[in-house]
Amino acid sequence: MLKINNLHCNVNDTKVLKGLSLSVNEGEVHAIMGPNGSGKSTLASVIAGNENYEVTNGSVRFFDKDILDEAAEVRARMGVFMSFQYPVEIPGVTVSNFIKIAVNETRKARDLKKLSSAELLKLMRHNLDLLKMDHHFLSRSMNDGFSGGEKKRNEIFQLSMLEPKLAILDETDSGLDIDALKIVSSGVNSLRSEKRSFIIITHYQRLLDYIKPDHVHILHNGKIIKSGNASLALELEKNGYDGIIK
Amino acid sequence: MKKTEKQIIKESTEGDYKYGFVSNIESDTIERGLSEKTIRLISSKKNEPDWMLEKRLAAFNLLKTMRQPRWAHIKYPEIDLQNIIYYSAPKAKVLKKSLDEVDPEILKTLNRLGISIEEQKRLTGVAVDVVIDSVSISTSFKEKLSELGIIFCSISEAIKKHPELVKKYIGSVVPAKDNYFAALNTAVFSDGSFCYIPEGVKCPMELSTYFRINEAGTGQFERTLIIAEKNSYVSYLEGCTAPIRDENQLHAAVVELIALDSSEIKYSTVQNWYPGDKNGKGGVYNFVTKRGVAHKKAKISWTQVETGSSITWKYPSCILKGDDSVGEFFSIAVTKNRQQADTGTKMIHMGKRTKSTIISKGISAGESNSSYRGLVNINRGAVNARNFSQCDSLLIGGRCGAHTYPFIKVKNNTSMIEHEATTSKIGEDQMFYCQQRGIGEKEAVGLIVNGYCKDVLQHLPMEFAVEARQLLEITLEDSVG
Repeated sequence: MLKINNLHCNVNDTKVLKGLSLSVNEGEVHAIMGPNGSGKSTLASVIAGNENYEVTNGSVRFFDKDILDEAAEVRARMGVFMSFQYPVEIPGVTVSNFIKIAVNETRKARDLKKLSSAELLKLMRHNLDLLKMDHHFLSRSMNDGFSGGEKKRNEIFQLSMLEPKLAILDETDSGLDIDALKIVSSGVNSLRSEKRSFIIITHYQRLLDYIKPDHVHILHNGKIIKSGNASLALELEKNGYDGIIK
Repeated sequence: MKKTEKQIIKESTEGDYKYGFVSNIESDTIERGLSEKTIRLISSKKNEPDWMLEKRLAAFNLLKTMRQPRWAHIKYPEIDLQNIIYYSAPKAKVLKKSLDEVDPEILKTLNRLGISIEEQKRLTGVAVDVVIDSVSISTSFKEKLSELGIIFCSISEAIKKHPELVKKYIGSVVPAKDNYFAALNTAVFSDGSFCYIPEGVKCPMELSTYFRINEAGTGQFERTLIIAEKNSYVSYLEGCTAPIRDENQLHAAVVELIALDSSEIKYSTVQNWYPGDKNGKGGVYNFVTKRGVAHKKAKISWTQVETGSSITWKYPSCILKGDDSVGEFFSIAVTKNRQQADTGTKMIHMGKRTKSTIISKGISAGESNSSYRGLVNINRGAVNARNFSQCDSLLIGGRCGAHTYPFIKVKNNTSMIEHEATTSKIGEDQMFYCQQRGIGEKEAVGLIVNGYCKDVLQHLPMEFAVEARQLLEITLEDSVG
């Protein structure tokens, strides 16, 4: 579903990605690990379509369509979802209203009929229950005054509502205590399916204790330098990045 | 091609004015210029009693000694009072009894504005007193209101039919000498609304007037007077639109509210007059004096959504005269292109335990400038008075400006004042977050702005809030994509 070939990308004229290639099939879970500054979050932002990142070479194909020229909202409607490392606050906009607009804009682009407020509310409550989240969440302002854990859970909640084909989790584990990490991971696990792929970007192995990846890639200096199965993450945990990068 | 943030902001903040059309209504228009003769002519056209003419002439004499105020953070050339037409009335010979008698052109105008009177009558239960170029066209619901003893009519009619009330209260809150534009208005006001709510009566519907400037080069000088007797309640809505004209049109209105003991007046405005084009050409100059006096335990609440006019100079104020009286001011002011707004409120605390709340939300886009100017004045006698002020500014793009001038004067030591102010920008990160969820640029700007204005929008009456929300969206995000 996703094919990244020889991707080069600049941020503020600094080369961050230097020829990255990655292939993700439907239903697969890929973990991308790497030290700070290796380009992990840049990769997520480029796939999602953040315009502050300038692609200088290479291609990103999503279901055989080059998406690099598409605006972020178009990619989102095609089924690309990114869980933000730092979810953004939008004061005065309730979670339910935000999701209502997001879901219906996405459905419109897919030629599906709009869901009524009542239908959506029912669905939102159902998904909140699955994620063991309080219904009061819906009437709060988007991420406004949320704790770190609440923000991340709100991301996963949106993921459950938007039903993307590809979900990129950008350092979803950062800033979470162990209990919150467990809740978020079980939420993600409940959303895994044969049709939905995940790219999990993380600094530490501990998230992978809860979400088992099919593939693990080590990103260093803008390139994937090593790929393997789940055991690679364990090896990394034992030897550190130094042990692998050398 | 993907759009840069700059392009998006440019497109979403330079939307064209949607209400720009000119109605072909035959008008009775007098010559340009201001003199004693003009004032006598206006007064005689309206068949006014002598006392009113005298008030006008006294104000005119006062005006001659006054100068246009220059202290606001707005720039414009000196207004030439001799280049303005002071009276323009649709050539209607007799007063209309029903809508059938109204010029179909006028009805068409109203329909294009989206305010079919019939619809409003039937669906929303709003009594609309429509003023097109200075003269009331139709006043609906009058009978129903009169059963309760409520008077809701044009100020001209009130001057003739209820002179004792008008004489007693007009100019009592905003005297002609108050400021230059108040003097001008007193001298030349053409029409406006009059409301009187008798003791103990809660007005069962929102009273609403739509004002509209139609004749090219006509200043509209309305005069509104609302009197709420003891223990009464009224909610009044004022909405405005004007067709596109190249000339700047001057609008200098005066609104006076009198809230007697334990009464409540809620006054809501949605103002979307022509703001001028992208280069700052044309547009309405809006110089308005709005003030209310609240007696014992009375409450006055101003809510305004200001998106139009090339210049807005407006400070709806409350004189909290009686003990335990309450004043509120909720405001959204949007400026784009080259618009300038200098708006805010004055809360004058005189009575004991008086309370006031100010929530102001400024939104600036393009090369516009928006200022909040407020005064909280707590007099010595206003023991245990309280004020809470919150003034927020939202900037869209990097070429606009937001300014806050809060003045606070406290003359006793038992009062409590709180003031909060923030300035924020619609960030790229907020836009990207929305877009990543499938929400397009246009919807995202609307969503963020509406969220930011929520504290104020929730104080508007229901139908008005919907209209205001749409207006904000049209104003800021039209023509994207």
